[in-house]
Amino acid sequence: MTENNETLNKGRNAQWRVELRNSVPNKDRVALERVKMTEVEPHERIKSQVCEVNCGLTAEQAVTEARRCMDCVTPTCVEGCPVNIDIPRFVKQIEAGKFLDAAATLKEYSALPAVCGRVCPQEKQCEIKCFYTQKMKKDPVAIGYLERFAADYERQSGKIQIPQVEARNGIKVAAIGSGPSSLSFAGDMIKLGYDVTVFEALHEIGGVLKYGIPEFRLPNSVVDVELENLKEMGVNFEKNFVVGRTASFDDLKELGYKAFFVGSGAGLPNFMNIPGENLNGVMSSNEYLTRVNLMYANQSDSDTPVMLGKRVAVIGGGNTAMDAVRTSKRLGAERSIIIYRRSLEEMPARVEEIKHAMEEGVEFMNLANPVEYLPDTTGRVAKARLQRMKLGEPDASGRRRPVPIDGDIVELDVDLVIVAIGVSPNPLIPACLPGLKMTRYGTIEVNEETMQSSVPEIFAGGDIVRGGATVILAMGDGRRAAASMHRYLQEKYAKK
Amino acid sequence: MNKIIEKYNLSEHVAKFVIEAPMIAKSRKPGNFVILRIGEKGERIPLTIVDSDIEKGTITLIVQNVGVSSGKLCQLAAGDFITDLVGPLGKATHIHKAGTILALGGGVGIAPLFPIVKAFKQAGNRVLTVLAARSKDLIILEKEMREWSDEVLVMTDDGSSGRKGLVTEGAEEFIKREKVDECVAIGPAIMMKFCALTTKKYDIPTQVSLNTIMVDGTGMCGACRVTVNGETKFTCIDGPEFNAHQIDFDELLQRLRAYKNEEDQAKNKK
Ligand SMILES: Cc1cc2nc3c(=O)[nH]c(=O)nc-3n(C[C@H](O)[C@H](O)[C@H](O)COP(=O)(O)OP(=O)(O)OC[C@H]3O[C@@H](n4cnc5c(N)ncnc54)[C@H](O)[C@@H]3O)c2cc1C
Ligand SMILES: Cc1cc2nc3c(=O)[nH]c(=O)nc-3n(C[C@H](O)[C@H](O)[C@H](O)COP(=O)(O)OP(=O)(O)OC[C@H]3O[C@@H](n4cnc5c(N)ncnc54)[C@H](O)[C@@H]3O)c2cc1C
Ligand code: SF4
Ligand code: FES
Repeated sequence: MTENNETLNKGRNAQWRVELRNSVPNKDRVALERVKMTEVEPHERIKSQVCEVNCGLTAEQAVTEARRCMDCVTPTCVEGCPVNIDIPRFVKQIEAGKFLDAAATLKEYSALPAVCGRVCPQEKQCEIKCFYTQKMKKDPVAIGYLERFAADYERQSGKIQIPQVEARNGIKVAAIGSGPSSLSFAGDMIKLGYDVTVFEALHEIGGVLKYGIPEFRLPNSVVDVELENLKEMGVNFEKNFVVGRTASFDDLKELGYKAFFVGSGAGLPNFMNIPGENLNGVMSSNEYLTRVNLMYANQSDSDTPVMLGKRVAVIGGGNTAMDAVRTSKRLGAERSIIIYRRSLEEMPARVEEIKHAMEEGVEFMNLANPVEYLPDTTGRVAKARLQRMKLGEPDASGRRRPVPIDGDIVELDVDLVIVAIGVSPNPLIPACLPGLKMTRYGTIEVNEETMQSSVPEIFAGGDIVRGGATVILAMGDGRRAAASMHRYLQEKYAKK
Repeated sequence: MNKIIEKYNLSEHVAKFVIEAPMIAKSRKPGNFVILRIGEKGERIPLTIVDSDIEKGTITLIVQNVGVSSGKLCQLAAGDFITDLVGPLGKATHIHKAGTILALGGGVGIAPLFPIVKAFKQAGNRVLTVLAARSKDLIILEKEMREWSDEVLVMTDDGSSGRKGLVTEGAEEFIKREKVDECVAIGPAIMMKFCALTTKKYDIPTQVSLNTIMVDGTGMCGACRVTVNGETKFTCIDGPEFNAHQIDFDELLQRLRAYKNEEDQAKNKK
């Protein structure tokens, strides 16, 4: 961090920054109101699964918002960002109208800024650490919106810089899975001159960015541009390839692969194991979202069906639950209800997601937990029996533990139940590598700094290491793994 | 994209495909399946790998035309391409020397049964096979089955081939005649349910291969859940083969009907 502080300071003392800082007095900066994101009206947007809700900032809005940032001596926002993006630098570049430079700054730290600007929980990361939030009890600088603005500006300008890649060194490496951790790993390794192949089990590249997060929050086109860039830089993509099944690690080694990055995610959906959970009409959020986002089941020319519900209950309070419940609204549900066992304040979903869901007419039943599902005569779910809860003592996570209120059980009419109570690590890779050291949660054990596993040539990151986490953490892992795999391979092969 | 090398129609509704897939040909084991997709808006459907040729780099699939996606596949010919094909998926069958194996195949279930019969025979077992279907034209792979079984009994509902009667009657005939050590049954869920009830009576350990609805086939969605011994399992990664005597078949039958309306609509539309 101290090293980072030095670089931050050096940048801050650049002449253009000093001039920009002095050009507007702080009291004028502070007087500006935080920009409001333009959004498509709720009644309009719920007609479409692909209509992005947030419209993005105009250049004028972005410059004004950037002006609010006081370019602090100690930029605490940077500490809040899991990959320590030099936030004041890119924000000031926006203020100065140098939008492409701002995008370049972001790219130094994050492989997919257009994605992070849209899906990061900024209110818990950079923005909560902003001087405005911390010291002035005011709305923080809209760092996330600005990040998205810079990345979108670059993409839409058609002037995306394809990073320089070093001369090929002939060393083959593989990334397993094509989620954000693998994509950022692949981007760094190709720049360093390696021969990189990304293997993906599904028929689409992108991991959760494609099959999980819906278009109305993250358009596929945003991800596709990044994938095109990686292809142009020389990254190989092998779809429909399950490492450990289609070919084993040994097979891949025989094909010349010298090291592996496992970014296979936390794909396995959890269920509650309560009576009636296997009834028709009860499914995981992964199944629901995959049918819609990956298989386009909501479109009439798709061969994949998806169950539609008039009264949809979604169990859980995370981003996945919000994505599922908002999708159900868009697919025509009359009632879409979140059922969460804690209170609204404790929901792990991004604040913006909860707000958008409420605007769209999603109902929230907090402090309730399903205990059983009952069928109609055809065997489809018809009722959910819910246990009412109250908040008790704080638990290990510091949140107040929900405890059942004795005998307080209510019945809710439903015809579709979507279970979004979390995911477990994908067991495919561990199952085929008995030598790999695992934690008791089924995640791969790695050295936190190098991301190296107990098998020296295997590195890992993202959700397979952290359990269900975030896009930015997955990307950070991929980058750290690339840097340390590079050191490992150089020691082993280069100087011979 | 995988190229179709050969295609044969085994009957009006059943086709056999030999498909280029060198990696899968090499790594697949009896009991494994693939998931494939035809066209950019196609559905992912699971099909058992019936056979493979490592040298030619091909796998063999046999598919019965029962709906939209299987129908699309059946329309393809040699030289055409499969849009997406992934595998081998699922756990392989536990092949070992058990003594006498009773293999029960119903309808298109005969296809996935074939690699298992072959492997058990190669492992030195005595293999008794019952092939059953509604009528003659749904009995497939009879010649191949005879090649790898010690005895084959054909049963049809209407008596148009072999003996008239149900698969369970054929099974009991063998069981009553000689000692059977293990049983494998593959076919429609209802057939497997009754096979399981029959072998349970005689205390014969029995494996079945379940044809649940699937989406990804990698454990990601849970569409394929099934209750085994009171616990929820995912057919695509924990199966597809399970101990027949522990399966909740009624739930399985119910779940197979989950998309009945949508399937019927789709079929009528096309
Ligand atoms: C619905 C939903 C909404 C979310 N919303 C947010 C959000 O708003 N903000 C946020 O920060 N995070 C969010 N997350 C979490 C975030 O998406 C994940 O933390 C992140 O995607 C993890 O990235 P990853 O690189 O570990 O891999 P993943 O994105 O999980 O991708 C892993 C890929 O590996 C493939 N794979 C697995 N095994 C193999 C194998 N053996 N061979 C080949 N391929 C394999 C899988 O098919 C998959 O495509 C959300 C998650 C979901 C499900
Ligand atoms: C592990 C596994 C291996 C399989 N192996 C083979 C195989 O080798 N050859 C083969 O022909 N089929 C096999 N199946 C079944 C095959 O996947 C389905 O027949 C196919 O998905 C039907 O798709 P469709 O769109 O053509 O029909 P749909 O329109 O989806 O369904 C049409 C009719 O078929 C029934 N049906 C739907 N899905 C299934 C299913 N999974 N099993 C049985 N009936 C179903 C429906 O109830 C409906 O009546 C296998 C299934 C699994 C899970
Ligand atoms: S990556 Fe996320 S946490 Fe970091 S600055 Fe951007 S929005 Fe904030
Ligand atoms: S098919 Fe999705 S988990 Fe088995």
